[in-house]
Amino acid sequence: MDLFFISLCLLILSALLSFLSRKGTRHWGCGGVFAGSAIGLVFSVQALVQNLTLTKSFGILLPSLSLTFGIDALSAFFLVAIFGLSLLTSLYAWGYLENQDLLLPSLPFFPLLVASMAAVVTAQDGFLFLICWEMMSLTSFFLVVTEHKLREVRHAGWIYLVATHLATTFLIVFFVLLYKKTGSFLFDDWALLISIPPFLSGLLFFLALVGFGTKAGIFPFHVWLPHAHPAAPSYISALMSGVMIKTGIYGLLRALTFLGLPPLWWGGCLVGIGILSAVFGVLYALVQHDVKRLLAYHSVENIGIIMTGIGLGLIGIAEGNAMITLLGLGGGLLHVWNHAIFKGLLFMGAGSVLHVTHTRMIEQLGGLLKKMPVTGVTFLMGAVAICGLPPLNGFISEFLIYSGLFRGAQSLSGLSLFLVVIGIVGIAFAGGLALACFTKVFGVVFLGEPRSCQKEKIHEVPLTMQIPLIVLSLLCLLGGIFPQFVWSSIARVLEVISPLPKAVLGHGDGVLGLLHPVVYACLIFLGLGIVVGLLGRLLYRGRTIRHAVTWDCGYAQPSPRMQYTASSFAQPIAVFFRVLFRPHLQFQKPGGIFPGPSSFAVQIADFAERIFFQPLFSQCDRIFGFIRKIQKGRVQNYLALIFMTLIVLLLWEVWFGI
Amino acid sequence: MDWLLIGIILSAFFLLGFSRLSSCIYIVALQGAMLSALPLLAKGSFQELHIVLMSLGTFAIKAVAMPFLLTRSIREASIRQEVEPIVSLHLSLFAGGGIAVLAFSSIKALPPALPPFSPMAVPVALTVVLIGFFLLVSRTKAITQVIGFLVLENGVFLFGMNLVGDFPAIVEMGVLLDLLVGIFVMGIMIYHINRTFDHIDTRVLTALQESEEETE
Repeated sequence: MDLFFISLCLLILSALLSFLSRKGTRHWGCGGVFAGSAIGLVFSVQALVQNLTLTKSFGILLPSLSLTFGIDALSAFFLVAIFGLSLLTSLYAWGYLENQDLLLPSLPFFPLLVASMAAVVTAQDGFLFLICWEMMSLTSFFLVVTEHKLREVRHAGWIYLVATHLATTFLIVFFVLLYKKTGSFLFDDWALLISIPPFLSGLLFFLALVGFGTKAGIFPFHVWLPHAHPAAPSYISALMSGVMIKTGIYGLLRALTFLGLPPLWWGGCLVGIGILSAVFGVLYALVQHDVKRLLAYHSVENIGIIMTGIGLGLIGIAEGNAMITLLGLGGGLLHVWNHAIFKGLLFMGAGSVLHVTHTRMIEQLGGLLKKMPVTGVTFLMGAVAICGLPPLNGFISEFLIYSGLFRGAQSLSGLSLFLVVIGIVGIAFAGGLALACFTKVFGVVFLGEPRSCQKEKIHEVPLTMQIPLIVLSLLCLLGGIFPQFVWSSIARVLEVISPLPKAVLGHGDGVLGLLHPVVYACLIFLGLGIVVGLLGRLLYRGRTIRHAVTWDCGYAQPSPRMQYTASSFAQPIAVFFRVLFRPHLQFQKPGGIFPGPSSFAVQIADFAERIFFQPLFSQCDRIFGFIRKIQKGRVQNYLALIFMTLIVLLLWEVWFGI
Repeated sequence: MDWLLIGIILSAFFLLGFSRLSSCIYIVALQGAMLSALPLLAKGSFQELHIVLMSLGTFAIKAVAMPFLLTRSIREASIRQEVEPIVSLHLSLFAGGGIAVLAFSSIKALPPALPPFSPMAVPVALTVVLIGFFLLVSRTKAITQVIGFLVLENGVFLFGMNLVGDFPAIVEMGVLLDLLVGIFVMGIMIYHINRTFDHIDTRVLTALQESEEETE
């Protein structure tokens, strides 16, 4: 554990130094994260490979309250992702923040965010967990509002802050209920809970689902994601989308270890929410014009896929089917890592594009592949991976979940069969739309000809920004062709989560047997691709190759404005789902003999925002409007209210006894 | 032992009844001094070094440093009296009495004090906390707000000491540090409010809020 604490101290120290330092903010901040996460990564990989279970308690500081850090396979699994992505992010931020004085002031929060995420997954008692959780929320809030002078950034920041605090209230209730039940805050004591009445365990599950699910971004609590991710600087979006939202998944999995055997409806609930998140996430992603907003919606989709995997695992546990559990939970966990890899890659790629072109709008970009070959090719790798195509890593995890679902379809019956079939249809649907979506992004941004606003010189980003992209895209490839090395560590994590006996989990070989043919097929496919490529080179050697414009369309004088746009690409799907989207059109037709200015604009509001949150908050506003009358901004008034509340509580305690 | 507790509670009552700010500050200093002497007397020995040190530290901060800072800030802001309390002085004395009755009547609902301290200490602590709070609510000058804050903290200090039966070093150091920072901030604020508005009436700070809204 010493290495871990050294890494935490380094991170906190670097935050302090970068805060105090006048000129060296970037050096201390990025360098500190680099060093801290490197040490942390060494420790967490070691812990995961050797399956260490350690705890360290600081009970002396406060009476009757202990702060316990600990690590087991589940913590180590998430810790590897956190430190690994932070390491690459710090390298990326080094290049990204050069000569960006506006983005620097929030940098001291970057090491703190990494430290608090690491502390969240290693906290072993509820009290410490909540402290770290809040630290994580606050530091990421300050990072989101880095460019606080922009109105939309402040708006995004508030949405994030409100969402995360509402989620935390659910978590506080969750932890306090468990504390009331056991009289202790230690996770170890909670894991020993055996008999929880079904009502209480159902309530706890619901609280954990809402509390952790909001952070993870499940439908309909995902509304903060599409606001916060575009607002944050790109390296932070990569970190937040890659690993921070995964702490929600970690929390949910950790909570499941306290709650005993899951009944069927938990799994069904997770599968349902997972499919809703996946389908809605990808649908909304398809109609976005902002690259980072689009990627944020894809995070919702991928969280949905992970949730579906976990839900399938729970169904397997409830039905006593070990193979389904293995495939579902294993696939979900693997997708956690994979999503961290390719979403980190994609956000950093989008950040590079933003860094060079100063716009996030897809419609204004084009033809970047020729100018930025490294960014373009790595972005393509990430896009292929996120669509779940072989031979990259996204395919492997989705394949595991699919095969779990199909196995369930063969062996289950009744409600679980229904859920499983819904799962298959939903994931397949989301996968297809994801493919369409990334075809749109890559095609419009990187292919074709440069569009309107790119008069300035476009060049490739500096080397420090390229290295993380290259490393991550190599990881995508390695995860796709050598998944068996990752599987052994996942099997250890499953032993922590699943209440099934270890003997049943010994089915791991079965999963490997399932993976082998797929992996070989991928390798053959890859080999064939390389061979064909080389053959092509060989055949065309010595011949003249003519380069021409990409989009000609038979026009004599093609201009970049005639290209296919992103909106027109997505339009058929948007029209098909217009019942859901309810697009708000603003169309001013050109008319008259001398046509005046004309314009066309489409706005699509999020379904969950429109149907659920806006009515909810406006009702709250109406009902609690009278509170405004009390809020006059005088300190004494507020204090008097607190005073009266205290007195009433005291009297209540004295006379009635709670 | 008990006479110290009586002294502490009486000093809290004096604060409710006095309008001269300088006497209020002396009384707070006195209260801090009594509070710092309490653990030494309760243990009845000067053997344990860390208790002596903590006692001296408490005395230095509560009875010397903070009153000094406060005296300086009333000199700079040149005010002597709490002219218009929200609740009149007589009424606040009555309220203080009510608070004491409430605190002592709730004695059975509170956890008992640990051995070296008298069982009366817990309700006394509660009374002091609530009186401090009442001062915060009922007075308008920034200085009296700080004094209320100090009294509240003294109560919390007494409470913690009783329940743990010792000086829980980390907690107290944390609270003291917190408080010192708080006093500094308030001192600076008093100075600036006085310079900007020519008075230190915290009720008028609402003007600040509205002007901010207009600029939004």
